[in-house]
Amino acid sequence: MNSIPLTHILFVSTALFCIGMYGLFTRRNMITMLMSIELMLNSVNINFVAFNKYLWPEKLDGIFFTLFIITIAAAEAAIAIAIIINLYRSHNSIDVEDATELKY
Amino acid sequence: MSNYSYIVWIPLLPLLTFLLLGLFGRRYVKNFSGILGSASLLVSTVLSLLAARQYFLQDGQLNGVYQKIIAFKFTWLEFSPNVSIDISAVIDPISVMMLVVVTFVSLMVHVFSLGYMKGEERFATYYAYLGLFTFSMLGLVLSGNLFQIYMFWELVGVSSYLLIGYYYYKPSAVAASKKAFIVTRFADLGFLIGILVLAFYGQTLDISMLIERLTSTQSAEFTGITTAGFLGVSMLTWGLSLVFIGGAGKSAMFPLHIWLPDAMEGPTPVSALIHAATMVVAGVYLVARLFPIFSVDGVSLQLVTYVGAFSALLAAIIACTQTDIKRVLAYSTMSQIGYMMFALGVSKQGGESGLGYMASMFHLFTHAFFKSLLFLGAGAVIHLVHSNDMKDMGGLRKLMPVTHIAFLVGCLAIAGVPPFAGFFSKEEILLAAFHSNKLIFGVALFTAALTSFYMFRLYFSIFWNKEAAHHPHDHGEGTFSMKFPLVILAICAVVVGFVPFAHFVTSDGVALETHMDLGFSAVPVGLSLLAILLASVMYRVANDKPDKVAGTMGGLYKAASRKFYMDELYLFITKKIIFPLVGQPIAWIDKNIVDGLMNWLAAVTAKISELIKGLQSGKVQNYALYFFGGVAALGVLFIYIWK
Repeated sequence: MNSIPLTHILFVSTALFCIGMYGLFTRRNMITMLMSIELMLNSVNINFVAFNKYLWPEKLDGIFFTLFIITIAAAEAAIAIAIIINLYRSHNSIDVEDATELKY
Repeated sequence: MSNYSYIVWIPLLPLLTFLLLGLFGRRYVKNFSGILGSASLLVSTVLSLLAARQYFLQDGQLNGVYQKIIAFKFTWLEFSPNVSIDISAVIDPISVMMLVVVTFVSLMVHVFSLGYMKGEERFATYYAYLGLFTFSMLGLVLSGNLFQIYMFWELVGVSSYLLIGYYYYKPSAVAASKKAFIVTRFADLGFLIGILVLAFYGQTLDISMLIERLTSTQSAEFTGITTAGFLGVSMLTWGLSLVFIGGAGKSAMFPLHIWLPDAMEGPTPVSALIHAATMVVAGVYLVARLFPIFSVDGVSLQLVTYVGAFSALLAAIIACTQTDIKRVLAYSTMSQIGYMMFALGVSKQGGESGLGYMASMFHLFTHAFFKSLLFLGAGAVIHLVHSNDMKDMGGLRKLMPVTHIAFLVGCLAIAGVPPFAGFFSKEEILLAAFHSNKLIFGVALFTAALTSFYMFRLYFSIFWNKEAAHHPHDHGEGTFSMKFPLVILAICAVVVGFVPFAHFVTSDGVALETHMDLGFSAVPVGLSLLAILLASVMYRVANDKPDKVAGTMGGLYKAASRKFYMDELYLFITKKIIFPLVGQPIAWIDKNIVDGLMNWLAAVTAKISELIKGLQSGKVQNYALYFFGGVAALGVLFIYIWK
């Protein structure tokens, strides 16, 4: 059962997190940015599940946390898409570079 | 003690009028503002007459002594259990007397102004100001707390400022109002310091408690204030003298009198109310309020005496040379207030030797009536002639018979001819001066003769002298509302002298027996009559005698007609000494150091914000980068550095 060591799983989650972060910083499309954020959240979920499994297999705390995060991510996605729609209505684009009114 | 709580309505009614007319007068009330103001003041007057009747004739006395009754009191600001600022209404003989005087004269002025100010654009504003003034003056006389007096004192000053500057489009009126305000404010600084000195040593601001503590030689406060000294003078003297400076400023005593003649720029009824009958006697009233304390301190009492006597003499001399009729009356007011002051100064507390106190208050009382009569008469004359200068007048007795008779009564009253009001009060003052200080008595006697002379110079110049053919009479003597107050005040100027004043108002509340001494009265009355005769020779018909006399007087006449160069002296001191030596260095410090510091701070802030404003780029991904960078930095900090 423990044929896959913990570090491997952590590598996967770290890679996922970095991909998400990279996407968040570089893509100008808001929907892609939202997807990147989802990637980062999921990398955290993997971490929670993995630690729960490998360190305290008799407990379920980490899994519960994951469930909460999935719920919150769903809510966050709904809000984010609402924001994106509003942005599109006001700026006719969902490119974040086009919405820079709030600067000095 | 019976109920006097209705007394608070006496000052509150004018306040209500002020608020009503000040807020809505110009738009909604307009021409009814005069009626409204007069009506509310009529109620106040009736209430104060009722209060006087109740106090003096029914229940003011306890075992033959008039009591001090607190009709109303609440603690407003408490600094410590002892020291608090209360708002109170205190009834004692002088405050009741002042209530009657202020409301009555104010009512007469309100009624007179109905005709005099008719057609003015800011008619409602005028009545609003009058209401404010009446409220402040009534609040002042009812005060039982030194600080309350100070507050109302300043309110009175403000309303005087507003009324002097009523014709704000005239530069001279604006200058006069500023002068009055600045000079009296300057004096009030002394008053404030005096209050603080007295309150610091007396440990209270309540007047009756202060009097109690600072007059009994056994009390700790009395020992404290008399042993403490500054520049070799005891703190008691300092405190009282500083308070007196405040009083001298308001009452136009030398050398703070310079604002009063200029204050005549205001409408004439205002001069009658504020600068003749009520506000200018506030200084006398203040000294009388604190008289028990003054009476234990000989030095400050001497100051009061000599300042009063000198002002009386100086003003009388100047009054003989002025040609503006309102200025003559202004100087005469100053002279009469000087009389009241030195009468207080020569007095002692209690009993027979308190004659001066009673005489001073009596003169205040009678003076209010005949001086407001004279001013209103002058107002009626100015209304007809449209000039203040007596050279433009003459022979008016046929054109305005009612004013003529009323003015004559006023002149006889101020000259002290029996049986007019001024005679009685002036005799008491002279008697008090005679018994205590012969020098002051001499000055007073000479001033009395001068008073008769310049008043009848005024009278003859206005109503006799030449024929009044050159006056276009577009309107007659004035409306009924202008004649009516003149008649009422003229009647008062005849009868108020017969009020048994010494039974009501004395320094200790015990009735005083006064008796007329025919031999004593003969000299001043004789001198007055002589002076009147002299004035009639010189001014009754136009001739060249006045010019000849002025010529023989030479320098003295010139100096007096230029008011002894007091204005020039003040200008020299302010423009040549205070401005360059004090004002300019302070202005430099203000501009360069105080403002400079602030400007430097602002410049530094602007610079820094210029440098860092690029951070706020408006690009949301940059913000995300900062955020992650910050989290990473914190992570490094917690994991590797703080462990």
